[in-house]
Amino acid sequence: MNAKTRFALAVAVLGLLMTGPFLLTVGILWVDLGAEERAGFLVAMDRWLPVGGLVTIMTLILGLQLLRALFQQYVHGLLRMAETLRLMLGANRNFRVAPEGPPEVRDLARAANDLAQQRNELLDDVEAQIRVAKATVEEEKNRLAALMSELALGVVVCNLDGRILLYNSRARLQFKALAQGPTSMSGGALIGLGRSIFSILERGQITHSLENIQQRLRKGSAEPTANFITATRGGALLRCQMAPVLRTGASGEAAGHSDGIPPAEQGGDDVRQAAPAQVEKVTVLPGDELQVTGYVLTIENITRNFEREAERDQALQSLTDGNRAALGNIRAAVETLLDSPEMEADFRERFMRVISDEASAMSSRLDATMNRFADSLKTRWPLEDVLAIDILSAAARRIENKLKLPIKHEEQDSNLWMRVDGFSLIQAITFLASRLQDHYEIRELRLRLAAEGKMVFVDLIWSGTTVSSETLYTWELEPMNVGSETSPLTLRDVVERHGGEIWYQREKAAHRAFFRIVLPAAATPDAPAVDQAQHLHSDSRPEYYDFDLFAARDAEGAGIDLDRKLSELAYSVFDTETTGLQPSQGDEIIQMGAVRIVNHRLLRQEIFDQLVDPGIPLKPEGIPIHGITEAMVNGQPRLDVVLPAFHEFCAETVLVAHNAAFDMRFFQLKEDSLGIKFTQPVLDTLLLSAVIHPNQESHKLELIAERLGINVIGRHTALGDAFVTGEVFLKMIPLLADMGIVTLRQALEAAQKTYFARIQY
Amino acid sequence: MANRILIVDDEPNIVISLEYLLKKEGFEVKVATDGEAALSQAADFRPDLVLLDVMMPKKSGFEVCESLRADATLADLKIIMLTAKGRETEVTKGLALGANAYITKPFSTKDLVARIKTLLA
Repeated sequence: MNAKTRFALAVAVLGLLMTGPFLLTVGILWVDLGAEERAGFLVAMDRWLPVGGLVTIMTLILGLQLLRALFQQYVHGLLRMAETLRLMLGANRNFRVAPEGPPEVRDLARAANDLAQQRNELLDDVEAQIRVAKATVEEEKNRLAALMSELALGVVVCNLDGRILLYNSRARLQFKALAQGPTSMSGGALIGLGRSIFSILERGQITHSLENIQQRLRKGSAEPTANFITATRGGALLRCQMAPVLRTGASGEAAGHSDGIPPAEQGGDDVRQAAPAQVEKVTVLPGDELQVTGYVLTIENITRNFEREAERDQALQSLTDGNRAALGNIRAAVETLLDSPEMEADFRERFMRVISDEASAMSSRLDATMNRFADSLKTRWPLEDVLAIDILSAAARRIENKLKLPIKHEEQDSNLWMRVDGFSLIQAITFLASRLQDHYEIRELRLRLAAEGKMVFVDLIWSGTTVSSETLYTWELEPMNVGSETSPLTLRDVVERHGGEIWYQREKAAHRAFFRIVLPAAATPDAPAVDQAQHLHSDSRPEYYDFDLFAARDAEGAGIDLDRKLSELAYSVFDTETTGLQPSQGDEIIQMGAVRIVNHRLLRQEIFDQLVDPGIPLKPEGIPIHGITEAMVNGQPRLDVVLPAFHEFCAETVLVAHNAAFDMRFFQLKEDSLGIKFTQPVLDTLLLSAVIHPNQESHKLELIAERLGINVIGRHTALGDAFVTGEVFLKMIPLLADMGIVTLRQALEAAQKTYFARIQY
Repeated sequence: MANRILIVDDEPNIVISLEYLLKKEGFEVKVATDGEAALSQAADFRPDLVLLDVMMPKKSGFEVCESLRADATLADLKIIMLTAKGRETEVTKGLALGANAYITKPFSTKDLVARIKTLLA
């Protein structure tokens, strides 16, 4: 019942109250009176009724006035106040109720205002706290960014697919410096968010290191990291350390607990106390709970250090080993002389000559060594301490997988550590197994592990067929190729690199033979089984990585899934400047620019920006438009090197351009002669604009940008236009979503329709 | 009858001392300057002991050692390997391939003679 109905009802009740008793009294009198008395009464009524009616109406009006005033003040006043309160609740919390009307209402208004004031203060407080918290997070982020960028090491974070999720500027610089090729960004451009690390580092080595780490995790190792050295295409040496990024089954609780905040759903005190117990459980249970979701690679270019180190090493070796023989000769001669006083003079002189010759040979060797210090020398590889049994089981798995050769394990000391380069050693073992299988048709291989003093013996044992030592000598000098896998190293290289030896021996009694690889043992590192969860959740780990990125979403790898959301795809937005508008009439590309979009962000650091020598004179009328002169393109690479580099840059991404058909025609004319093909989907912002604003006449880039509220700077360079196109495209994605165009397939279809529509009309 | 010793080393500067020393000690001494010569000399001269240098052209001391050990007629032959490298792995390899002793240069001539005498005793 609204206020108006209630008012009408109140008026009716008031009317009844004022007339009712009078009419009732008259009625009762009327029934009680006799006939003459009724006539008298009628006469009296007739005389007095107008006065009585008037008085009644007057008082009724008075009553009505009173009722209206009450209604105004109490009912309407309260309704107004309710509206105001609602306004304060929603739109404007600083608004206040004006205390008006009767004292009770004013009192209520004041109470409401006080309440609002208190709420305001609370909200201010909360906001202030949020601001502080945000500032802290922002500061931490900035600190991490600063830290990462200041690091002398390159840092790259990847998910299990090998996609790069994070890198610092040093990593970019390192890879850029390694870049091969004539354009400024080929190679350097290959590091980028969402790109594959395998274009830079060897897949086998990464997988091997990951395996190693997983094995260490299962054993509850305190430091589940792996080190390896890798050579790039250009011959530079990179030292990489890999540390796993882990997700544990109970990581959320553990993290919540360490912050001192109980997880939201755990309200009561009992539950809160139970939380630490759960954390304990995680620490006790190694292995199963820990899931590697990715890895952090720290990368250091050690080519220079390494060469220096190797030279120093070589120098040291030539000074010690090289002089041993000479010193031996001198010592033998001197001792013989001393012991033989009876020696004849000419013999004595021959001995003196030996001493003199060897001494001067030592001096010149010393000089030569010092001179050779600066020369490049034979490489030696840094080695890593590993559990010997880990290498053996990795080798066994590899042999069984690759060669289908059954492996048996003989007695293996599981506590032996050795100092090796795991990857090449496993290659060596696999190589020997494959040679034995190919040439001697052995049906199974036994692996044995033993130690003696500071040495570890790795034995590959087989029964029956004997092999000659000569065969082993030949194998030692062959490159270690197994199936399709090739290696530039020989078995001898690997053994020598480790300062080891290898030989062939027979166990005649058992009708068996074996190859023995002797390797230097490493001191058993004290590996205290430290509290794993503590290690994994220690403060040293930044907490603000976006762990959603670790989900392996790109199952197909290289292919682009047409049914993925537009907002999730990676794009290369590009533009070209050309000598003219007629590619088929000999116009050529003179500049290419591109920028990547990954995870809905325009990555202004991940760009392709290259002038191209068109090989034909520039048209004077074009120069004012693109601002590129003959002098600028002279000496720049030709399109036949730039286009392949661009092709590599935009691999596995969707291409985006404004009026893409124009640029694509230039590419297509070159595709055959260069043997490359742009097969990825292409989105055209011109067509998409026509999809979004079908009634607009112009779909020029500047006008679209203006419509979408984008500042245009640096237009008419290829890169500048690519930036604008990229920003336009990012603004278009939500607009398209409003129209129900969400996936790449839908966008391509919609663009195609417009395209046909435009052609038809 | 004096014991026969074959010195196998390509460096004349050590050979001169070894040869003089061992002759003085009363051994019958012959010298081979490479691995192949060593094998043929071992067959003709039939030494009781070979002083074998590891680092030699053509055939290394290890190969010579293996071949000598493969020859059943030389079963009693003692082999002492001499090396200018001090690596333990190399010593182990030499012993595994059948050497009786392994001596690293520089060495004391007295020790060498003592070792030889012990082995031939």
